[in-house]
Amino acid sequence: MENLKANVILDTKGLACPMPIVKTKKAMNNLETGQVLEIQATDKGSKADMKAWSESSGHQYLGTIEEGEVLKHYLRKSSNDEFNEKKHPNVINNEELEKKIEANENIVVIDVRESAEYVFNHIPNAISFPLDELENKLNELNKDDEIYVVCRTGNRSDLAAQKLTENGFTNVINVVPGMSQWNGNTTGIYDLGGINNE
Amino acid sequence: MTVNVMTSKEVTKTVFNNEELFILDVRNASDFNDWKIEGENFEYLNVPYFELLDGVEEIMEEIPTNKKVLVVCAKEGSSVMVAEMLSDAGLNVSYLKGGMKAWSEHLEPVKVGDLNDGGEIYQFVRIGKGCLSYMVLSNGEAAVIDATRMTDIYLDFAENMGAKIKHVIDTHLHADHISGGRTIAEKTDAVYWLPPKDATEVTFDYQPLEDGNDITIGNTTINIAALYSPGHTIGSTSFAVDKKFLISGDILFIDSIGRPDLAGKAEDWVGDLRETLYKRYRELSEELIVLPAHFMIIDELNDDGSVSEKLGALFVKNHGLNIEDENEFRKLVTENLPPQPNAYQEIRETNMGKINPDMDQQREMEIGPNRCAVR
Repeated sequence: MENLKANVILDTKGLACPMPIVKTKKAMNNLETGQVLEIQATDKGSKADMKAWSESSGHQYLGTIEEGEVLKHYLRKSSNDEFNEKKHPNVINNEELEKKIEANENIVVIDVRESAEYVFNHIPNAISFPLDELENKLNELNKDDEIYVVCRTGNRSDLAAQKLTENGFTNVINVVPGMSQWNGNTTGIYDLGGINNE
Repeated sequence: MTVNVMTSKEVTKTVFNNEELFILDVRNASDFNDWKIEGENFEYLNVPYFELLDGVEEIMEEIPTNKKVLVVCAKEGSSVMVAEMLSDAGLNVSYLKGGMKAWSEHLEPVKVGDLNDGGEIYQFVRIGKGCLSYMVLSNGEAAVIDATRMTDIYLDFAENMGAKIKHVIDTHLHADHISGGRTIAEKTDAVYWLPPKDATEVTFDYQPLEDGNDITIGNTTINIAALYSPGHTIGSTSFAVDKKFLISGDILFIDSIGRPDLAGKAEDWVGDLRETLYKRYRELSEELIVLPAHFMIIDELNDDGSVSEKLGALFVKNHGLNIEDENEFRKLVTENLPPQPNAYQEIRETNMGKINPDMDQQREMEIGPNRCAVR
């Protein structure tokens, strides 16, 4: 869990509804696109509201971790990266990658989303290489490996694939669209602790 | 304009009197769709509070000015905020004190009848959740039946009536709400009766409620004989009060019948349920007034807010009592059942004494509508 990073942490502990959402909305306004906000709250109802508010406001609800009395919600500020033009020539779709994983092919899958996105839900065996840390971690990868790059919608992975290619990696494939539509197996932490609501 | 406050008791009166009310529910759509305040002449608008943080202009046109307007949320906070915004915009509105949490916990006592020698029977209508519990009073003594966890309400009520609670009875092991039975019995030194077949796993002492027991309250005899009525649970027991009222638990409701699946035994218990409803109950007097442990829809309320009907009338109009074909009956009670009540497993374990959640957790577990019946 130590690799669960947020750009900004907001403390709403002890506050009752509607304050956690009121403060979250303000904090979100000051965040840059794509950044992750961690909201700490003790109001049990905040979880459902975070989910519903994210949906209605277009932000990405990543998940909630319960630590004793404290709920930690993770939200990612919405971005319009869905509409960017993809430049990396080598692409593969979700289903084809799924087949390769099922067939146990000798491939490397790297997930370039934020660590908080990865933690809640990712492809088993995918390695977390958040886009902005990629440059520092290039030496952890082999230049000859068959590397599949995945993100949420295929744009951050496009940038990452370009960067890898520039750095001499020869066999880099962008996975399109990525986790937003992924139907294969995943793993991650989901809801921990608390009362089971169905 | 000032913001007004409405209590659950006042809203209950609005429901009982079939008055008009416009409810602006500012909870999540999913919470609203799952469970809301029901009334014959209520109108609704559901807009989550977090969509109104920047102002209420967008909904102003949808809010009537010729009706009482009540803003409702889960615990009150958001409804106060929205009510103040509407008030600043010139509307005269109220918010619900304590929100849906208070609504879920409100009990309204309604007298349902007189008993021999001055005795009385009261129904406690838990309007927000559809649970019904009872108090039988006679000659300074009282029995409480299917009590909710809001135990002070029964204790205070008995005290105001000058009665001492001598017996506490649960018709079955409840799966939809946390029983207050054990707590009341402990506080009053009353006897706590439970059907033994539902109590095999309980962690506390109880008096087995079985055929042949007679419980006397003051001058009133609660006759339990011959009314073992399994089906909703294996132990479910109904009983007659003063040969006039039939406490039917979760076996028979006004417009529906009990569901057999909440202990995971639908297939096993469907035969028992049919036997109870189509044989045992048929042998009883049709003049008995049925007092169930739940209502499902607001239409089941009588004009005075109580929930009751003659057994004979139910034989005519309750669909669940009029399915001749056994297979069809089996299908009705085992297939396409409504969702199971929120946290029903934890509720059962709490009622067995296996787990001891705190007040907040108990509230959380009980949140949502009643789902003990099939129609």
